[in-house]
Amino acid sequence: MLRYILRRLLQAVLVMFVLSLLLFAWLRSLPGGPVDAMLGERATPENRAAMRKTLGLDDPLPVQYLRFLDNAVHGNFGTSTGVQSGTDAFSLFWQRLPATVELSVFAIIIALVTAIPLGYFAAKRHGGLLDTGSVVLSLIGVAVPVFFLGFVLKYFFSIEWNLLPPTGRQSADLNATRVTNFYVLDGLLTREYDASWDAIKHLILPAIALATIPFAIIFRITRASVLDVLGEDYVRTAEAKGLSRRVIRGRHVLRNAMLPVVTTIGLQVGGLLTGAVLTETVFAFPGLGDALATAFTTRDYPVLQVLILMAALGYVIVNLLVDLAYAVIDPRVRTR
Amino acid sequence: MAVTKPTAAVVLIAASALTLSACASSKRSDNNASGGAKGNTNATLNFGAAGAPATLDPFYASDGETFRVSRQIFQGLTGFKPGTAEVAPALATSWTPSSDGKTWTFKLKTGVKFTDGTPFNADAVCKNFKRMDSQNAAGQQASEYWLTNMGGYNGAKGELYQGCTAKDDATVEIKIARPTSKFPALLGLPAFSMQSPTALDKYKANDIKAQGEGFVYPAYANAHPVGTGPMKFQSYDKTNKTVTLVRNDDYAGDEKPTIAKLVFQIIPDETARKQALSAGTIDGYDLPNPVDWPSLKKDDNLEIRPAFNILYLGLNSQVDPNLKDLKVRQALYYAINRDQLVKSLLPSGASVATQFMPKTVAGYNDSLQPYKYDPAKAKQLLSEAGKSGMSITLWYPTEVTRPYMPAPDKIFNAIKANWEAVGIKVTPKPLPWAGGYVTQTQNGKASAYLMGWTGDYDTPDNFLGSFFSDPKGQMSVGAYPWGAKFVKDLADADSMVDESARTAKYEQINKQVMEQYLPGLPISSSPPAIVFSKKVTGVTPSPLTDEHLWTAKVDK
Repeated sequence: MLRYILRRLLQAVLVMFVLSLLLFAWLRSLPGGPVDAMLGERATPENRAAMRKTLGLDDPLPVQYLRFLDNAVHGNFGTSTGVQSGTDAFSLFWQRLPATVELSVFAIIIALVTAIPLGYFAAKRHGGLLDTGSVVLSLIGVAVPVFFLGFVLKYFFSIEWNLLPPTGRQSADLNATRVTNFYVLDGLLTREYDASWDAIKHLILPAIALATIPFAIIFRITRASVLDVLGEDYVRTAEAKGLSRRVIRGRHVLRNAMLPVVTTIGLQVGGLLTGAVLTETVFAFPGLGDALATAFTTRDYPVLQVLILMAALGYVIVNLLVDLAYAVIDPRVRTR
Repeated sequence: MAVTKPTAAVVLIAASALTLSACASSKRSDNNASGGAKGNTNATLNFGAAGAPATLDPFYASDGETFRVSRQIFQGLTGFKPGTAEVAPALATSWTPSSDGKTWTFKLKTGVKFTDGTPFNADAVCKNFKRMDSQNAAGQQASEYWLTNMGGYNGAKGELYQGCTAKDDATVEIKIARPTSKFPALLGLPAFSMQSPTALDKYKANDIKAQGEGFVYPAYANAHPVGTGPMKFQSYDKTNKTVTLVRNDDYAGDEKPTIAKLVFQIIPDETARKQALSAGTIDGYDLPNPVDWPSLKKDDNLEIRPAFNILYLGLNSQVDPNLKDLKVRQALYYAINRDQLVKSLLPSGASVATQFMPKTVAGYNDSLQPYKYDPAKAKQLLSEAGKSGMSITLWYPTEVTRPYMPAPDKIFNAIKANWEAVGIKVTPKPLPWAGGYVTQTQNGKASAYLMGWTGDYDTPDNFLGSFFSDPKGQMSVGAYPWGAKFVKDLADADSMVDESARTAKYEQINKQVMEQYLPGLPISSSPPAIVFSKKVTGVTPSPLTDEHLWTAKVDK
């Protein structure tokens, strides 16, 4: 078992290494670069060239890559040139991570508390008004682009009804104390409850926008799965035995129907970062997605590298854990 | 009773939150800005910025978002009259050049203090110049404005700046290597702001490093900028992307701040900025999309700036030999329906350009007439040149809007259609702005391309010199038979001490450029706008984007 774990770990390291190489080469093969973004139209070709030289961007790619690796093993992943000039790219990642985590947690909670009950009742009243209505709603959820939905949400909730703020994470005049950079949590910890409440108000609209696609998918899977289970023999048997509706619903239907739903939720959580790029841009929400979008337009190589590699690392770790879990469950996997 | 797993988890989280909260306590200070006693209001102005300031030390900056913040905190020796590009006194009350134009004596305002208490005097001025001039290798690359305008550091060959002497407490003498029209206007640029020598020393302002493919700024540029301006820096909340400035109650300038607090909220998406303004979470933002102008005019307070920019179509005969013939270049110009383009694609107030500078610049030649749209003449010129049916590659940028070019793709399409109408085959070449467009066009790799310029200050050299003073630059003017003379004429004109003679010389150069040389095709000047909500008044729009946000009157 130990040998298996070791082998899988080594494989994971190798994957990250190859990925970093490909990413490095791909970014630098794109035309232009950070110097253009920094200087715009205001510099002579000589000044541009001199700046590239100072930043080490004119060395041959292998040299640049080796320097990157050398710095990376010393914990230095480069300095941002566009998203937040002068900031260490890795610190920037940690600065921005709490925002995206907060947003994702809110979004997934919204998706779950709406999609699962709705999916269940839609299946129970199959073909009814609720069913048809929710199916249409879920289709809209998948089909409407985030930037449009964001625009509409802001139009009604922020501009027309003035209920929720259209952009940002927290009102600047609150002067809130920062502890963990999870703003909702920080407010609770420091007993600045108004700061927490303000942060929650800022989260609602982007979380709804981000939740639409997971909502739609989880809803449809729940509905289909419940429909399947409702037709199973054991449900009929349970009904025939005279079990109470509650027991049938809880122990037999939902429990069995939830298996594929849980798998789907796992996959949807992984996809949230992709959705966050658009959502955070539309709502000027300062998380990883917003950083990624700005990094791309300003060709901020260090930030792009850190963000993409960290996302990849997340996937690699999850996959590694899944593989290891399989190995624990099924001994045949280990020897293969 | 068995404890279920979820219950256990909730208890655990609650317990750890309690533990954590024991070590986290509120560090909140008073919400209201400091002072308030001397100022007339306690209002806060929230401004939507399109990008984060790259640094808080303007000396290392070259972008508008950084300068917007600096302009509220700092002052230069010279400044600009609000709403114009004209030089005006700021920290210097007057200045006189020597007869050869190489020694400038500045009389300084007295009784001024930096916000950290350091007195502003001749000694502080010279310390600032010394600091700017003595940059390390990284600093020499990061301080783009000094490099471009002063041409070097530490007394290098060809450097414009030659030294600073404190004559007495309120008199300072600055020597330059040769007379130039840009002196002393350029001292009003935010990059050359006067900063507190104490703070510069204390926070090691010159310790900039090139590391990890970027510049690592010293503590000064990250968190401790100190100037003499109407506002002072309070905080930059990086996780919430807001920069907060508060009123400097001891500001010595004429226009006293009317707001207590100025908050920049960074909102990169333009639609998001507009919605934030409608919702009232910001009070204003810059460069609204011209498409939104009509609705903003109705619901908000849209301020249109004087147009101080030029959009041109650069041509490079080294890349496309067809362009060597003046007749071809003229034909390309006659073929473009610029009246139509300006009317349909540029904001109201935009005008057709007759030369490579906007109207307000000294040296602008009033007698020049625009090349009128004349497709028949274009066809005739092409056939005379033997280039009927020629092909051309037209470059245009994507992923960008500039004040002079709100929608590059639409402008491209209009020109393409015009050229095709006279039988020219047009190959489109779109490139992302920071994705190679700037480098390639500026390095003279593009045959025909859209580009533009917003003036830094009101001198003809800031326009003509930027495009043509480098013979191997973007339009490769050095390759034309008249190129060497043209470049020399520009340098001569720039160093003329007598202002009226200099202006006359530039008028003559403008005429030559348009009638005999035509190295590129000036298209238009567009007025950019800045927008505030109805409750904000009192900010004068500036052609240099030098808005004094601290003069805002906010009606709560």
